[in-house]
Amino acid sequence: MSILPQVIFLLVFAVAGYILFKRISFLRRNIFLGKRETRNDLPDQRWKTMLLVAFGQQKMFKKFTPAILHLLIYVAFVIINLEVLEFVIDGIFGTHRVFAPFLGSAYGVAMNIFEFLAIAVLVSCFAFLIRRNVMKVDRFTKPELNGWPAMDANLILVIEIILMFAILTMNATDQILASRGVPHYTLLNGLFFSNFLQPIFQGMSDSTLVFIERFAWWFHIVGILAFAVYVTYSKHLHIFLAFPNTWYSNLKPKGEMNNMPEVTNEVNMMLGIAPETSAEPPAEIGRFGAKDINDLSWVNVMNAYSCTECGRCTAECPANITGKKLSPRKIMMDVRDRAEEVGKSMDAGGPGLADGKSLLGDYISKEEINACTSCNACVEACPINIDPLSIILQMRRYVSMEESAAPAQWNAMFQNMETAFSPWKFPPSDRFNWAEKLKNEEIKEN
Amino acid sequence: MAEMAASGETPEILFWVGCAGSFDERYKSVTQAFVKILNKVGVSFAVLGPEEACTGDPARRAGNEFLFQMQAVSNIQVMNAYEVKKVVTACPHCFNTIKNEYPALGGNYEVIHHSQFLQQLINEGKIILQGGGEFKGKKITFHDSCYLGRANDVYEAPRDVIRALDVELVEMKRCKTKGLCCGAGGAQMFKEPEPGKKDINVERAEEALATGATTIAVGCPFCLTMMSDGVKNKEKENEVKVYDLAEMLAKDMGI
Repeated sequence: MSILPQVIFLLVFAVAGYILFKRISFLRRNIFLGKRETRNDLPDQRWKTMLLVAFGQQKMFKKFTPAILHLLIYVAFVIINLEVLEFVIDGIFGTHRVFAPFLGSAYGVAMNIFEFLAIAVLVSCFAFLIRRNVMKVDRFTKPELNGWPAMDANLILVIEIILMFAILTMNATDQILASRGVPHYTLLNGLFFSNFLQPIFQGMSDSTLVFIERFAWWFHIVGILAFAVYVTYSKHLHIFLAFPNTWYSNLKPKGEMNNMPEVTNEVNMMLGIAPETSAEPPAEIGRFGAKDINDLSWVNVMNAYSCTECGRCTAECPANITGKKLSPRKIMMDVRDRAEEVGKSMDAGGPGLADGKSLLGDYISKEEINACTSCNACVEACPINIDPLSIILQMRRYVSMEESAAPAQWNAMFQNMETAFSPWKFPPSDRFNWAEKLKNEEIKEN
Repeated sequence: MAEMAASGETPEILFWVGCAGSFDERYKSVTQAFVKILNKVGVSFAVLGPEEACTGDPARRAGNEFLFQMQAVSNIQVMNAYEVKKVVTACPHCFNTIKNEYPALGGNYEVIHHSQFLQQLINEGKIILQGGGEFKGKKITFHDSCYLGRANDVYEAPRDVIRALDVELVEMKRCKTKGLCCGAGGAQMFKEPEPGKKDINVERAEEALATGATTIAVGCPFCLTMMSDGVKNKEKENEVKVYDLAEMLAKDMGI
């Protein structure tokens, strides 16, 4: 037998590996355009969160039907990839179904399980296509999905459907060839699902069938490699990033905003707590709050790359529900788009971050961030613990502290707080007035 | 607090009244109701009175970190000077800020929301309820405040307080972790909403009214305002009342 297919296989494998390596380096660099932040505390809790939320899909089950369909695809993805291991060994060594002799009848059982999962993926992907394109589920028809994002979602589903058909076609033709006693093919003890496809191929000659079987085999493995590369350009990255994303979850109470220690020194000086002389020379303060992706934490940028645009956040957002411009999903998509833009510019020798554009202004408007009630519904809704609120609040800090451009009514509130220590303009001496009524009642009683 | 400190007394708790509790005409009655309960039960407590300042929550959420820290550091200085150990407040925003955000600035206290404190008093038998009074058997729904619920995972304490009143607690479709905001959080209380097709408090009031409840119970001054306005917007203010948990208990106790 010719060694050519093996050489081609190795070549395809190497090329895919090289492209993937380049893509992963690109993504990694983009994520680390964000500021350094250490989140390695409480490792036990982090592993547990990852196991429950990413591996165990815990938060997906807030919506039962899509959760079940998604679970089927997820389980199939993990398990069918075991078969890919066999594909790779067969590809390199020119063998065919290399595991079959070792596993005996268990191999047939495993193949039947794989086929069942392939069918499950087909059904789920069709259901998802219908939800998106026929039922038009509300969160899949929001304006931020127009164009490429909607196309990306459909492409992923269609590619998965085609890949599953390739497996079933391969198995059907493979078993017809085996039953005809064609050398090299192993007869398995009945493959339940692909059996139904066999009548399509029964009338064909051995050589046609070998061609179809080989074509399906190649299509499947090359398809998987191509899909892996595609994923790095797509919202589908969540299949990998969901794991680190949940590991690096915010474990603090959701209501807690992070402190800005660079401000504390100055505040202490103003209040006369720390004498000016003893204060350390102020460290170089880059910028208060966030204007662009490099002001955000790398976790925020990773969040953006992990987002699969399911829109559960936006569907729960009170501002979005009542027709405001804010959509937490769009915030995440904007962060990612900006990171991609900066990354591409840097690789092309362009200005990168200094391109005169910024996340706030060119991608996200003040109207959007001003509409947020910081209610944490988006954070709670995200199946992989993405935190859009953190990004919104960092941008508000930039607007307020660097531009002094908060909405006029907020500026008035700030003024009240500066002069009267309350968001409302009442003199501090009136703070105890509520007690008058109680005192009067007491006097009456006595 | 100043008086107690001067006479060498140490109160069991500091009742953090908050700005709404001090200045909002409607919400002052919640402060009064809670104080009546504390007095009735005989809890030793103090308030800071004029020495209390805004926790800084709305400034921080609106992006003004500097102003937030000015408020926070001043408050912490006052509380630390009085050696405050335990703080109770009816405002979830004050609760969240003092509990979660003051420690980073040197303010470490045990902080509890009044719903939790009232629940404890009921469980300990210190509050003896009269069987619900005007609420007995009535349908009541509880509106989860974001800063109590999702922000700090307090869902059951306010519900336990309501259940103790012998009423029918009905839930809105969006409740607990999925509760819909009243529209006031994140400093929205202090500005007009951005353009949209509806106000958030109206959306939420519609949902509360759909339960058929005659009382909407809340545990937050901003929610109280927003839900009351929402009910008014639907012209249901005569049929449906919005009360804070403390007011409901005080009514039941006849104080």
